[in-house]
Amino acid sequence: MKRRDRFTIPGKYILLALTILCVITMSLSFLTNFDGGFLNMATGYVLIPVHKGINRAGGWLREKVENLEDLKEVKGENERLREQVADLTLENSTLLQERYELEELRKLYELDNDYSSLNKIAANVIGKDTGNWFNMFIIDKGSEDGIHVDMNVIAGGGLVGIVTKTGPDWAQVRSIIDDMSNVSAMILKNSDLCYVRGDLQMMTEGTMHLNELRDLDDEVEQGDKVVTSYASAKYHKGILIGYVNEIKTDANNLTKSGSLTPAVDFEHLSTVLVITDLKQQVDTEKADPEETAAEEEEEGAESE
Amino acid sequence: MKRKIVVLLIIIVGFLLQSTVFQTLSIGSITPNLMVIIVSSFGFMRGKKEGLAVGFFCGLLEDIFYGRLLGMHAMIYMYIGYVNGYFNHIFYGDDIKLPISLISVSELVYGLGTYLIMFLMRSRFAFSYYMVRIILPELVYTIVMTLVFYRLIFSINCKLEIKS
Repeated sequence: MKRRDRFTIPGKYILLALTILCVITMSLSFLTNFDGGFLNMATGYVLIPVHKGINRAGGWLREKVENLEDLKEVKGENERLREQVADLTLENSTLLQERYELEELRKLYELDNDYSSLNKIAANVIGKDTGNWFNMFIIDKGSEDGIHVDMNVIAGGGLVGIVTKTGPDWAQVRSIIDDMSNVSAMILKNSDLCYVRGDLQMMTEGTMHLNELRDLDDEVEQGDKVVTSYASAKYHKGILIGYVNEIKTDANNLTKSGSLTPAVDFEHLSTVLVITDLKQQVDTEKADPEETAAEEEEEGAESE
Repeated sequence: MKRKIVVLLIIIVGFLLQSTVFQTLSIGSITPNLMVIIVSSFGFMRGKKEGLAVGFFCGLLEDIFYGRLLGMHAMIYMYIGYVNGYFNHIFYGDDIKLPISLISVSELVYGLGTYLIMFLMRSRFAFSYYMVRIILPELVYTIVMTLVFYRLIFSINCKLEIKS
């Protein structure tokens, strides 16, 4: 040990060298698709098993605590539910009638080839972004399970995000409420295109930005469903994003913008579904090149 | 050698705690930053070089799993560790005022650095919002955590120094 100390390099040179290294990797990952390569693999093998372990222990603990709390609630709830059952049986019969109507409408919307026909695999969320600035998380399935970058992630019927990086048995997912996320979307009822952008400022209120909606006929109103659009290059068509919260006309009098409430509860995500079909594979011919180009310039490298 | 392994273990355990347990401790979606506590304390307890190394690895771990620019956190933490190393010669273990103030300043620098690189560069100008909503709450929460975790890191370091 002592012999080696004589030849040590001064700290400032190490600092300089590592700074240059960092700047190079930063620009590499900004300009190209470089994502760390072997580093993902090496660290993944060491840390992911521990991540999973902690996660399982935490889940077990939470389950026990929740079980106790639930028991109290359940008794009271049981009473209320009995009353509700009676109400609902009545309602059910009316709804059944409406369902036939809905099926007819679905055919009109051509939504029958929606995301229920795509292949999905389930994954557990095993870690969340360490800082408070972004909204990323990692899941316990990776390239060995067939996960690739740009695969869509859904939970509870709504869009959660997109895979941005993969390791052998883990993958990084960026949620749609993240400040860097920008999704090409449309209003379900009239297929008007718009953009849905995550924003750190609005994340605390649990809403997101809705931008560049044309809506010439003033049809869109509060509560309308917003889904991913046919024009998106990465997201499959027709995945529910959320509901229009408020909407007003922009200063240019041509477009509208406002906010929407996401359909997914991002605070309590524990399991998600990854759609293992990539949009490019499924319908290359459907992607409109002009729209895709317009999207890309929207926010530089970080838009899809 | 043993020392290096222990330090590496501290970093890994810190990172794992940060991305799992601490996320559930968050108040108003703000989580304390354990990594800054580790980097900063190794900086002033052990000097510039070790602060630099610890910072680099902490940041790298964060970048690999949750980063979008590989090397961004590594760089911020590396400088935090290095600069904290300058205070090594006025550091005497028992006093908690110096560690707390250094860790607070480091945390502030971390917040401002992240804002500068990741938000200002993408023309998010509402600085006061980010300051009040993210940077300051994180700072306060981290200081509270420092009171708990600094003692632990300090005593581990003492044991290691006695042995070597």
